[in-house]
Amino acid sequence: MDFPILSTLIFLPLISSFFIFLSKDKKNISSAIYISLFSSIGTFLLSLFLWYSLDVNTADFQFVEEKSWINNFIKFKLGIDGISILFIVLTAFITPICIISCINSVKDRVKEFLIAILVLETFMIGVFCSLDLVIFYLFFEGGLIPMFLIIGVWGGSRRVYSAFKFFLFTLLGSVLMLVAIIVIYWLTGTTDITQIYEIKIPKEYQNLLWLAFLSSFAVKTPMWPVHTWLPDAHVEAPTAGSVILAAILLKMAGYGFLRFSIPMFPHASEFFTPLIYSLSIIAIIYTSLVALMQDDMKKLIAYSSVAHMGYVTLGIFTLTKQGIEGSIYQMISHGLISAALFLCVGVVYDRLHSRLISTYGGLVNYLPKYSLLFLIFTLAALGLPGTTGFLGEFLILTGTFQKSYLAAMLATLGVVLGAAYMLWLAKRVIFGVTKNSKIETLSDVNTLEIIMLASLAFFVIFFGFYPTPLIETISTSVNGLIDNYQLALNSR
Amino acid sequence: MIHDLNILLPEIFLSLSIFTILMLGVFIRKSFNIVFNLTSLILILIIAIILNNSNSTEKIFLDSFIRDPFSNYFKILILISSLFILNSSKNFIKENRLDKFEYPIIILLSILGMFFMVSANDIILFYLGLELQSLSLYILASIDRDNLRSSESGIKYFVLSALSSGLLLYGCSLLYGFTGSTNFDLIADQLSKENVGAVFAMVFILVGLAFKVSAVPFHMWTPDVYEGAPTSITNYFAIVPKVAGLALLIKFMFIPFSNILIEWQTILIFISIASMILGAVAAIVQKNIKRLLAYSSIGHIGYALAGVATGAVSGYESSIIYISIYVVMNIGAFSCLYLLKKDGQYKENISDLSGISKKHPLLAISFLIILFSMAGIPPLAGFFAKFYVFTAVLEQKMYALAIIGLLTTVISAFYYLKIIKTIYFDDSVITFESVKNKTAQVSIFLSCSILLTFFLYPSILSNLVNSLFLS
Repeated sequence: MDFPILSTLIFLPLISSFFIFLSKDKKNISSAIYISLFSSIGTFLLSLFLWYSLDVNTADFQFVEEKSWINNFIKFKLGIDGISILFIVLTAFITPICIISCINSVKDRVKEFLIAILVLETFMIGVFCSLDLVIFYLFFEGGLIPMFLIIGVWGGSRRVYSAFKFFLFTLLGSVLMLVAIIVIYWLTGTTDITQIYEIKIPKEYQNLLWLAFLSSFAVKTPMWPVHTWLPDAHVEAPTAGSVILAAILLKMAGYGFLRFSIPMFPHASEFFTPLIYSLSIIAIIYTSLVALMQDDMKKLIAYSSVAHMGYVTLGIFTLTKQGIEGSIYQMISHGLISAALFLCVGVVYDRLHSRLISTYGGLVNYLPKYSLLFLIFTLAALGLPGTTGFLGEFLILTGTFQKSYLAAMLATLGVVLGAAYMLWLAKRVIFGVTKNSKIETLSDVNTLEIIMLASLAFFVIFFGFYPTPLIETISTSVNGLIDNYQLALNSR
Repeated sequence: MIHDLNILLPEIFLSLSIFTILMLGVFIRKSFNIVFNLTSLILILIIAIILNNSNSTEKIFLDSFIRDPFSNYFKILILISSLFILNSSKNFIKENRLDKFEYPIIILLSILGMFFMVSANDIILFYLGLELQSLSLYILASIDRDNLRSSESGIKYFVLSALSSGLLLYGCSLLYGFTGSTNFDLIADQLSKENVGAVFAMVFILVGLAFKVSAVPFHMWTPDVYEGAPTSITNYFAIVPKVAGLALLIKFMFIPFSNILIEWQTILIFISIASMILGAVAAIVQKNIKRLLAYSSIGHIGYALAGVATGAVSGYESSIIYISIYVVMNIGAFSCLYLLKKDGQYKENISDLSGISKKHPLLAISFLIILFSMAGIPPLAGFFAKFYVFTAVLEQKMYALAIIGLLTTVISAFYYLKIIKTIYFDDSVITFESVKNKTAQVSIFLSCSILLTFFLYPSILSNLVNSLFLS
């Protein structure tokens, strides 16, 4: 493949953000929106083409691009396999939705907002494409800058606190990963991960390096007990920011576990499995209970994200085919569902400027279309069969039962709790008596909002009934991952 | 003889032109403009001379003066940064009535001193260069002589710096006494761990040099002098003497002290860690931008010293890369200060920056880029600076230094974020005039472009620096 298609995919949003930067202020805000929509939809189509032309019958990396970057030291190496392509498509799909959502909700400094979103898209796609640790770190950390600004400039009343907490938590976790990356370079002489897979890192180093990577990924996932930045960031971020945060940024860590922690440190991954199990179980049960107590809709969804990501980490470290496939499926599904839920909150927030559950109630009488969509997504979030939410949790629990009955049983408890807080949320917001007289004057969802929410709902239900395209894409790569892992463990 | 003079051509040209423009300044009325413009021309000409001259290693005058890629690199770095600093501060100098013709001449004199510092291969020559530089700097610090704070900072700097020069000189004489030579190469042969007196001498010299680059615990003068001196002088102080000081430090560690690495390594590790921590923690509470930049420069020197503390060539290279990127960032940061004017006054409080993102979006985004780069967030150039240093540190398996260093970057990220918060999240309090200062704007633009595009091809700088140590 001569044409650098991955670089094009990564840098297309960045280049178009430069054009937005050049476009004139005030009058041409609509032109800025058109440029960004055009480029992000172009990126999405390109990513679909990439998915279509990807050979799913091999676990090797494809579309590999290699350029010398820092001499004799680091190569700028990109490539994708069945696992990363799904995240790339998800990123490229969510970004245009965010841009559409900001037409309604962002009134101030629209141009800068669009630039931030597009720059962020570049970094996010870059994370999922990179095959070199340093390049990965570059994209992984670079995303902090636009996200910090998105929360801080366009956020709610406590935005400064939340933006700082987000930035510093993530940075603190990541610097240890940087140390680990450099140590790996001195151990193996390369930062190219395909070579590191072959060379195998000495066993005595694995545990510490694994922990250093965990410190970064645990913050980003987020895992209990370092999840506290997430509710704050979600609550204060503008709608589009929450959507990107929940749908994509959180997935980087799950992807990181699959791409780096497990293949590079198989022994450590086995050694620390009980730790991950316990943290995941605590996350699932504890944050579900916390979610029950919330009176702020965004906070409730944020805590539910932590619980859902608990399933993901649990599934990944079962290291069974079902568990890992379920985790990937759950990440994609959570990407769609949580994005949709935050958009739903954004829709009513734009109208009433309140996120409190108690403000609402009885919406079904006045906003029937909105209520239908909202209900679809809450049911999907609690894992109703026929939606993507079900299949992910089901596969993860199947995988967990093979490894540990106790963990699986405790995790199943979380499913019940999940149903509890989600249904209760729907009951209090959608149904019930209309206490607030302002609700009677609200207008139902407009065309743009229907486009956003309906397209998400379509995929949530479509992949719920017909998961084959997703599973087929990841299947070979997951098999390869597990085979290599077993091979490494047996060759001790 | 002619050959020797040819090697010395940059220094000779510099001295002769200093005398020429000094005469011009004395005999022509209102000569600031002409002296200033000639100074810029001289700086450009010397860059041309150095680039035109051969780059091979040669030692002249009984091996006391050395011309090699290393010294040439630093000379060019000094010249380019001085050129940018002088020109972007021209408006500031005029508006604050500092436009005396001595100003650019003293700057040139200090550059001459630094040339001898980076080219010295002999204790005496190095000390002469250092003193020429220091004496020029004392005058510069108090150049705004009617201003109490400026005079105070000049005196403060003079007293402390003279003390450190004394220590340095004492170290030099001890070194001569215990090794019987003033030549760096001969000293290197003579030194060994058993030579306890020479180890003492090394400590004294290290203290003196640490003072010149303002590393903790010899940093006390930095915040006061930075705050008290006029911004244009602070700008110069924060960049050029640091470059020369670090070059000298690397040179000392690389040549005369290379055999007693064990002895100085611990000291440097301590100085480096202390600078990183103090630079990060003390900057948090600062309200004045210049004071904050002082602490931030202490922290940056800590990172650069971490590279030197490895005692390996890769470490020295990483320090040089670090200081080069530091120069680019600080030229940009200080040039931004020349654009913050209200009612004829240049503002230097952080709170004054609030809300400039709405009125001056370009200035705000430049600040943003520079500050994130200083915090070391990828993909900006500041990240690569830290990356090279910590790669070199971890190559020597100095895990504690690397981890402490990277944790302090998180702390220092906090205060950089605080400025960004003031710029972007807060509502504006005062409205700045739109200042016409083309040269400062060009400096900011160049600095930001380098910081932004550095990641595309970082090898340019690393290849250049790698070639310095080949000879």
